[in-house]
Amino acid sequence: MADLLIEGEVLIEAPVEVVWRTITEPDQISQWFADRVDLVVEPGAHGYMEFGDQGGPVVVETVDPPTRFSFRWNHPQGEEPVTGNSMLVEFTLTQEGNERTRLRVTESGHELRDWPDAEKQRYADEHREGWGAFLDRLVGVVAKHRSG
Amino acid sequence: MTAQADDELWSAIGDPSRRRVLDLLVSHGAVSASWLAGHVPFTRQAVSKHLAVLEQAGLVSRRKQGREVLYQVEADRLDQAARAMGDLAAQWDRRLAAIKRLAEATHAEAKKKAEEE
Repeated sequence: MADLLIEGEVLIEAPVEVVWRTITEPDQISQWFADRVDLVVEPGAHGYMEFGDQGGPVVVETVDPPTRFSFRWNHPQGEEPVTGNSMLVEFTLTQEGNERTRLRVTESGHELRDWPDAEKQRYADEHREGWGAFLDRLVGVVAKHRSG
Repeated sequence: MTAQADDELWSAIGDPSRRRVLDLLVSHGAVSASWLAGHVPFTRQAVSKHLAVLEQAGLVSRRKQGREVLYQVEADRLDQAARAMGDLAAQWDRRLAAIKRLAEATHAEAKKKAEEE
């Protein structure tokens, strides 16, 4: 179980197969994500994504059409992405009727390792709101420091 | 932010144990490592390791008070981290909106074609 950093969700008025193609076909990916995409959508495939004058390697992790697609990125060039040196982006597609799909994305960092399951559960319960609450508190603290 | 500093920041806040330590420092102000160890489900050694990483990333600083060493959050650096997180969330919102537009346009076109045939 990965620890969440970012999560987002959108309801799309299109069948799940159409959404799947939009998020996995390189010529489609280049319309919503990177400027240039060099990627074969197969588990373990190494690809490259270019953003303006920056770019980086991407490694496909899960390809389970039409419901799950994930890749790792933001790892140092030349290194294999593993838990700890990369970010994991996971898409989950859920069909909600004939022509409606719920698309969920998460981007996560390190995983909850070295913790017993009960602790993980407790932590997850306490941090159900995830980053939202953490950021609220950060922003609150910053404001307090500034005015103080 | 340099790429290395960026990596350090991400790596520092990417770990849930460290965020837990940060959370405690945010809500309780300056406290000692022993106090922290009493409030987390991991060992005193682990707390020290996490504090070292947070300090390296500039998120936490330490000062001596009597015989105790107290740790506290660095507000500016936290602010920077919060902004980076906010930017990332906004990026994904934009991407999801773009995926929605693309998929819906593709679908509408396919439907129109099917109706014409």
